[in-house]
Formats: sequence, C-alpha cells, structure tokens
Amino acid sequence: MSISIQSISKTFGSYKALEDVSLEVPNGSLTALLGPSGSGKTTLLRIVAGLEFADDGPGNILFHGENVSGVPAGRRGVGFVFQHYALFRHMTVAQNIAFGLTVLPLSKRPSRTEIRERVHELLGLVRLDGLDKRRPHELSGGQRQRVALARALAIRPRVLLLDEPFGALDAKVRKDLRRWLRVFHDQIGLTTLFVTHDQEEALELADQVVVMRNARIEQVGDPQTVYDHPRSSFVYEFLGNVNKLIESEGIHRYIRPQEIEILFVAEFNPDTDKLGQIQHLFSAGPVATLSVRLTDGQFLEVEMSRKQLDELALDTGDEVTVRVKPEELP
Amino acid sequence: MDHLQVTTESRPVRTLLILSALAVLSLFLLLPLFAVFTEALRRGWEVFFASLTDDMAWSAIKLTLIAAGVSVPLNTLFGLAAAWLVTKYRFKGRALLISLIDLPFAVSPVIAGLVWVMIFGAKGWLPPARLAELLAPLASLAGKAASNDSFGGLFEGIAAWLADPRIVFATPGIIIATVFVTFPFVARELIPLMETQGSDQEEAAVTLGAGGWRIFLRVTLPNIKWGLLYGVLLCNARAMGEFGAVSVVSGHIRGHTNTLPLHIEVLYNEYQFSAAFACATLLALLALVTLGLKSLVERLSGQSAKGKH
Repeated sequence: MSISIQSISKTFGSYKALEDVSLEVPNGSLTALLGPSGSGKTTLLRIVAGLEFADDGPGNILFHGENVSGVPAGRRGVGFVFQHYALFRHMTVAQNIAFGLTVLPLSKRPSRTEIRERVHELLGLVRLDGLDKRRPHELSGGQRQRVALARALAIRPRVLLLDEPFGALDAKVRKDLRRWLRVFHDQIGLTTLFVTHDQEEALELADQVVVMRNARIEQVGDPQTVYDHPRSSFVYEFLGNVNKLIESEGIHRYIRPQEIEILFVAEFNPDTDKLGQIQHLFSAGPVATLSVRLTDGQFLEVEMSRKQLDELALDTGDEVTVRVKPEELP
Repeated sequence: MDHLQVTTESRPVRTLLILSALAVLSLFLLLPLFAVFTEALRRGWEVFFASLTDDMAWSAIKLTLIAAGVSVPLNTLFGLAAAWLVTKYRFKGRALLISLIDLPFAVSPVIAGLVWVMIFGAKGWLPPARLAELLAPLASLAGKAASNDSFGGLFEGIAAWLADPRIVFATPGIIIATVFVTFPFVARELIPLMETQGSDQEEAAVTLGAGGWRIFLRVTLPNIKWGLLYGVLLCNARAMGEFGAVSVVSGHIRGHTNTLPLHIEVLYNEYQFSAAFACATLLALLALVTLGLKSLVERLSGQSAKGKH
C-alpha cells in the first residue's frame, strides 16, 4: 500500500511545523523520516496516522490512491508504534495485542479462539512466545517494543508507522533490534514509515531516506544517494561527520573524514596536498580518528583503519601530509 | 560492613527530634480524639446510644447522608469530566478553567454559603415566589404525572416542592452548598495524575480503532482508578463534615435542616455535652474509616504503580 503525501502544511498557533510537504512512499518500502528535533518529522507521521490533522488547504493524504485525509485514525488502518510504546500497563501482553481485535464492532470481531490464535501467531512473529501472561512492567525495553509492534500488527494495518522506534533503548539492544526490524520488514512486506533523528539508523535500515529540516523536506533518496550526493550543506553535515574547510572568503568545501589520506611529509605535493600536525589520536576500536591541525590553523578530522595507522606508525605531534583520496575528487 | 550514614545528627539529637514530633502529634491529633470518646461515654453507654437514636440526631444523620449522597456522585462525574477535558485537550481559557475549579478551596466557607442566600434567599435575586413563577410549567407537568402514575407519591412530592420552591433554609440549599464546597476534590486529585500519564495510551487505543467510551472505560479508567477512589474518599469526608457553608444556608431548623455537624453545635450550645460528643464520635469514626481506606488505597495503588511505563 503506497502512501502519497500531497502539499501538507501544519501550524500550531503561530509555529509552522510543516510547510507544503509532499512525499511518495512506495508500496512495500521502508522509508525513514530523518531530521533534527523540531524538523516536523513526527508531526508528519502523526498526520499520516490521523492523530493530527493538517491545516485546511490543498493538502491530502492518500493510501494507495484513496484519499484518507478526512478518515479518523481508527478507520485508517494504520499500525502505530509510539516512542515510549504506550502499552496498556494494566493489561497482560496478550490483552495488549488483542486490544485492537476486541474493540471491533461485533459483526467484524473474530471469535475468542480466533483472537487467541492470532495473538499467539503474532507473539511468534515478534519472537516473544510464552510471554503472553506477563505485564508490560515485567518486560525489557526491547520486549516492550516488540509487544507494541505486535499490537499494531494485530489489526492487519495497511501501513506501519513507527515513531522513533529505537529512541528509548540502549545502544546494544538498539543495534540488534534494528537489524531484526529490517529482516522482519522484508518478511512481512508492509509499507513502513519511521521517524528517527539518528542518521546511522536511517542509512542502515531504510530503502528511502527523507531528510527533513525546518518544516520542509530537504532531500529524498536511497541511502547511498543522499550520503554520496547531498543536495545541501545541511544534508552533508547531518548525514555523518564532515570537515568543513574554508577555501576562501564565503566558499566552503566539505570532505568526509574517510575521504582523506595521510602521507609522510616527504610525499608532499603543493598542488594537491596540505601540511599539518597531528593534534589528537583516538585509536580505540577498528577505526582510528586523527585530528590534524593544518598550517592555516584549520582542523581536519581524518579516519583510517587501525592497520593503516599501525603501518604508518603515527603519533601525536607528528608532521604529516594530508591529501583527498584521488577517487573522491569530483 | 557499616551502613552509610546519611544523617549527621548524633543519636540523642535524633531521639529528641523524634520525641518532640511524637509529642506534637499526640497533643494535636490523639488527645482531641481521645477527648471526644471519653466525653461521649462519660455518662455511660445508655446515654451514648440514646443521643444517637434520638429523633433529632437521626434526622441530622439522614440529612448528612442525603447531602453527601448527592454531592459525591455529582462531583465525581464533574471531576472526571473536568480532568479529562483539562488534561487531554489544549484550548483557550484552559488555565482559567483550572483556577476556577480551585475557587471553592480559595473562598471562605461562610462566603460559599452566603452567596446562595443572596441568590435564593427571601430578599435575594431569585426568591421562592419568583422561582415558583419560573418553575410553574414544570410544576403543572409534575402535577399531571402525580395524578396518573404509579410513582405518584414521588411526583406529588416534586410538585409540592415546585409550587413552593424553597432552597435556602431547606434541604436543596444544604445540598447546593455541599456540592459547591466539595467541588474540587476529585478534579484536583485526577488532574496531576492524568497530566503525568499523558495521552499516549489513549492515542494508541484510537489508532487501534477504539471509540471514545471504550477508551475511557478500558484504558483511562483503569489507569486512574486509585486516584479517583482517593478523591472520592476525601470528597465524601468533606461533604459529611462540612460546617461553615452549610451553617449559613441551613437556618438551623431542628429535625429539618440540621446536618450532623450542625446538630452537634446545637447540642453543645445547649450544654448537652455528652450528647454532642456522642454525635461527634460518628464524625470521628468517619475520619478514622476514611484514613484507613485512604492508606489502603495508597498501598494498593503503590503496588500497581510498579506497573508504570
């Protein structure tokens, strides 16, 4: 089920949360809304869900061509997973997951046995077999997250919406759950839109990344494209570490830390290279980060593998030559 | 291993502090309670029970129960609605509404009584004669209902009251004053609770297709039940114990408009100390029962609070 967002605007009092935003989310894709806080990404997600309504105007939300702008949230057929899960804390896991089915009108409501079967099927799907009698407070963060996901999926939604799905988890669980969600998405093939402020998460997980800033969409593309060909300096800086060098008055040049190589002073070529001195060395982990102070006083961050660093036998205070790797030159 | 000491006071100082706290507590809380029961029983159990089963006492007890019986459910409904409105929605005048809910706490109970006398009293804006004119259509309706309905007795009473609608110095005035004074209790208890719980769970229920009533009954109510119960308890304690506002609108007509607190005052002023204290034991017992239930509610809600998040 594709989602089509057509010139949506939203203001809260005098604050503009979204300004004429349009976006196509292809059927079956996993799309990330990426941006700093206040960029409007969560508001956009809530408007798609029907938890918030766009300003009057030409704006529309279409699910697979069907205009759902005026349809209330409960009848849109969206599965929504909240940042803090919003599990019903007085209900068991099974009751939480079954909720959406038990509130269906009698004519559409499955029988008790059918509901029980569906709950067990979903528990298996999110790998929480046997936890049906637990209450939310007896679960870990990652488990709660998956209960929330199962609860959202129980109503067989047309689209899945996730608000900062990993925001409240610690780093390790976050990474595991992220990988799992990617596999899970490919398995169920449900069109999914998720909000995140973590560029690494968006780039690793999504088929399509939507970079947002100040109530507008800055760039849309697959992760490789937005990372390699950022359309603005904002996207460049937001999508990962980047060096911003002042070449001359008003002209900046962006270079990613891994696009630079370090050579010995003897190899210096005045046409392409710069000279500098190593100020700091962070070499914990497989990738080493060097901070180099150039002769004009600007600082440059450089990344290289530990192996390379060991081969060059560099140390703080060493004079070096820095060069943009030839393959990275425009 | 030694336990970490957080306090720096020496042992004698701490003992002294604890003892003085206990002394203050006994002087101001336990001693009066003890005095009530000893005074009540000074002339024996027979007098004690006689004072409680006396006609006047019995009518005061009934009136107190009626006033509480009307105002507690009314203010529970109101408190729920107000807390829901104030915490789940943002609108213009919200802050003003929150302050208005607190108004009965802010004004003196005497004023709270006087306003009703000024509105519905014989020299007020809507004296009984004027009110009777306004209610005349209703009165005739009730009269008709009384003549041909099996609930005739009830409608007869209503018709009689509508023909001569006395509010001040009558039961309706006492109920109105009690409702006014106990207005904020439930709302005050629920607003902070619902504020911290946010609307996440309700929104989740919305996306899952639940309607308003179902969300309230299955999601909101279970989350606030202990706070609600606590508010109802305090509301009831105040409704039964209220003196000031009720005293102004009551007119102290014995056997008609005396509530239990007012009855106690009358007895005391007539030097019937034992009878006064005997009736006072009822209010003291109400306080003790309220306290007991209150701590029970706190314990139970503490247990379920582990389930937060």
